[in-house]
Amino acid sequence: MDKSFHHKKNPYVSRIESSRVPLWLNKRPLLTHLDMEITERCNLNCIHCYINQPAGDEAGRKKELATAAIKAILKDAADLGCLSIRFTGGEPLLREDFEELYIAARKLGMKVILFTNATLLTPRITALFTEIPPLAPIEITLYGMKKKSYETVTRTPGSFEAAWRGIDLVIARKLPFAVKSALLPPCLDEIGEFESWAAGVPTLSDAPSPVLLFNLRGRRDSARKNAAIRKLRLPPEKAVAILARDETAYIANTLAFCSRFTAPPDAGLFRCGAGKGGGAVSADGFFQPCLLLRHPDTLYDLKTGSFNEALTRFFPEARKIKAAHPDYLKRCAHCFLKGLCEQCPARSWMEHGTLDTPVDYLCEFAHAQARRLGLLKENEDAWAVPNWKVRIKGLAFRPGSR
Amino acid sequence: MTINLSPDAVYVPSQDVVAREIEGEIIIVPLAAGIGDMEDELFTLNPTGMVIWQKLDGKKTLRELIEELIHDYDAAPEEIEKDVAGLMTELLKRKILVEASSG
Repeated sequence: MDKSFHHKKNPYVSRIESSRVPLWLNKRPLLTHLDMEITERCNLNCIHCYINQPAGDEAGRKKELATAAIKAILKDAADLGCLSIRFTGGEPLLREDFEELYIAARKLGMKVILFTNATLLTPRITALFTEIPPLAPIEITLYGMKKKSYETVTRTPGSFEAAWRGIDLVIARKLPFAVKSALLPPCLDEIGEFESWAAGVPTLSDAPSPVLLFNLRGRRDSARKNAAIRKLRLPPEKAVAILARDETAYIANTLAFCSRFTAPPDAGLFRCGAGKGGGAVSADGFFQPCLLLRHPDTLYDLKTGSFNEALTRFFPEARKIKAAHPDYLKRCAHCFLKGLCEQCPARSWMEHGTLDTPVDYLCEFAHAQARRLGLLKENEDAWAVPNWKVRIKGLAFRPGSR
Repeated sequence: MTINLSPDAVYVPSQDVVAREIEGEIIIVPLAAGIGDMEDELFTLNPTGMVIWQKLDGKKTLRELIEELIHDYDAAPEEIEKDVAGLMTELLKRKILVEASSG
């Protein structure tokens, strides 16, 4: 036994923020964060949604993991060191056992991040969040500041009032929350109004960051819906103009990001942290490297396996998969805009059903950003730029970059 | 807030917190409101705190706990008493620890 007792270096008790990285002094646990998609069903029918199934979809409900199975998964995750769980969907509050799952996760010592459209928040649930705080801001999607725009997006009459009822409950309870919006055609003109409202809410944890690049259906279940989602995407130059409406902040943020991540990725596909120290459990019990990636080669069946095996063997093997698509090898593998581009195996899967087919819209968007930043000239392809390091260096000296 | 420790009291972790041992560290997570000063706040213990925490079995009085530590460790008794009092006071102030009868 170590017989030394008094340790002068640290106070007996230290406060730490659970978002601090690294949280642990010693070894990082095998599983630190878990996303749990507890249903694919949603009470809204948003025009851009990559997942939702109808709220009353009985077949979908039957596929969902039962309460006991989810609680067992939470316990397994906690045993591996997981301290953070995100309940998402679909709309997680559609599940009648949501409160039970929430309390179970919190009693395991996890912080809970809830992704919700707020329409099903009730005085009872917000009282529960007051009594047993989630320890993380509630993340609320809000698509429009006006009934007309909001319900054009959600295609659900009465949802505007329901969402604001929920948000008002959260504000009244002083519960920390974050808002996610989307730059969709029906609400493009409301950005200013949205930002002004957000600036006046003291319990809003961060400035809202709107979604621009709408993902196609993760299950690849509807060509018709995918075609409709594609039509919602803004032309890249227009999307970049909106992103850069505060040019100074845009350049500063982008520069910080570029300096960390911009370099050609070669043939390696997994440059993100997908499947490392975390992942996402689908509504029907498959463990995925991330919420978006449902390619069969990357799906692990938790009903017959374990987190441990997935995280120590299955995902590490999956992450070794190299790109083979000729376009990827010609373009993406040599492209220095990696830090600006959202191309990843999940998005290739959603767009093309492969892990490595370049997604042209993402490529065009990254190029538009690079032109805006002065990294590329008109009609120049980033993968054909030999002196890209010089260009990145030059970006640091642009006005507004300091 | 003044905390008076009683040598004959039994102190236990509050039911309003969850303590997890992860990779050799003890992480204390608030369950109910009013434990942390702000959102997104967890607590860790230093090695001395961990040793003491692991002995909080809900049976030993404070006096017995100190005697056991004096028996187990080479440190001077007054140093152990000071450390135990320091940790207990801090945990009681934060409502992470309570007296067994009120737990």
